Amino acid sequence: MTPEAEFHQRDRDLHPPAYTPVYKTSVLRSPRIPLWSLQNSLSEVTGPTFAREELGPLDNDLINNYAKTGEAIGEQTIVHGYVLDGNGRPVSNTLVEVWQANAGGRYRHRNDTYIAPIDPNFGGCGRMLTDEHGYYFFRTVKPGAYPFRNHVNSWRPAHIHFSVFGTGFAQRLITQMYFEGDPLIPFDSIIATIPDKSAADRLIARLDLNASRPLECLAYRFDIVLRGRRQTLFENKLQGN
Amino acid sequence: MTPTPFIPFYLPETPSQTAGPYVHIGLIPKQAGFEIFETNFSGDIAGPGVGGERIIIEGRIFDGAGRIAKDVLVETWQANAAGCYNHPSDSQGKAIDSGFRGWARTGTDFVTGLYTIRTVKPGSVAGRKGRKMMAPHVNFWLASRGINIGLATRMYFSDEEAANSEDPVLNIIEQPERRKTLIAQRSERDGATVYTFDIHLQGDRETVFFDV
Repeated sequence: MTPEAEFHQRDRDLHPPAYTPVYKTSVLRSPRIPLWSLQNSLSEVTGPTFAREELGPLDNDLINNYAKTGEAIGEQTIVHGYVLDGNGRPVSNTLVEVWQANAGGRYRHRNDTYIAPIDPNFGGCGRMLTDEHGYYFFRTVKPGAYPFRNHVNSWRPAHIHFSVFGTGFAQRLITQMYFEGDPLIPFDSIIATIPDKSAADRLIARLDLNASRPLECLAYRFDIVLRGRRQTLFENKLQGN
Repeated sequence: MTPTPFIPFYLPETPSQTAGPYVHIGLIPKQAGFEIFETNFSGDIAGPGVGGERIIIEGRIFDGAGRIAKDVLVETWQANAAGCYNHPSDSQGKAIDSGFRGWARTGTDFVTGLYTIRTVKPGSVAGRKGRKMMAPHVNFWLASRGINIGLATRMYFSDEEAANSEDPVLNIIEQPERRKTLIAQRSERDGATVYTFDIHLQGDRETVFFDV
């Protein structure tokens, strides 16, 4: 392992803390003892890699990847952007996985009992590898808002869940993307777990008219930043690395 | 690496958000109740050509009230039996068997709360900057409803006492009692080797989690 393989320390102020009473479920699932800080070893700077052959041609097309009798119902939407690291470098060939509710706000999940109907042609998940520039894109229907049991009348704004790997296991990240202009965003208890308002704002995808397809679908732009790796200024490589 | 011009210093990391109760849809759709992809990533990572001792890792995850958390995503990352990670940054010069990825993904069961990973026991890996060997271990990463940012921990093996006592990571944990939260207990069951690794998110037996 060379020193430049190490990641920059994670800035925890940009993330929600574990314990956030505004989101009640976190109260009993939050470690209370401080995390032990661990300098990176091979166990943290390495991580799984994925090959294009493992993915199917429709994996990034949520309108068609579960189609049984026709296309998924809803507002056809492209979501696209770049995965970069903290140094501004593209994170290429990394796996991006997404999941979401259907246009009515219902998840295809055995534990979801919301009254909105299941769309028989919508699975609600997709995946893709970034290209050499760190670029990804997928097509879907815009998810609906839905209620959840937090406060008496809590609603989630429309959102898409993202899972990203990066190049080392310490870069692993799961987050959620929101849509610009959604009136539920200021009331959301999950976004509210992030203390830094400008950090939370970076989870809101912007309407991207230039990337939309005229007479077909709208587009939203969502860039993702993972932790950067260290630079090796004045650092000798030790024997045995 | 040289600095890249024209970017504003460093870019801030995208904030984490909980994986939510429906994480299975995206990452383990079969557990959500449907099939969609031809290739599914799984909790069985030791293919037929992979060398080493076959083991089963299983356990439950407990919340602060002592209740079993039955909707948690569990991912593991480990070296092969020779102690090599399947990744270009591993420059130890050891061989990787074909078919060994080293990464597993599963969820705790909706009914029993049990997670199960079938794999091979990893070997020792060189520690930070190659200074000291790390005892065999499996890296864990947990995400779920109620977990705002993924939790990283490590599982060590109860039958590696000598290596564990020299492990540079276990030894930075100030309280020896807490090191025990990272040791999986070995047992035999129906001819299989089982390591039981329960994780406590909170409470008297809170597992050691790492800021990596």
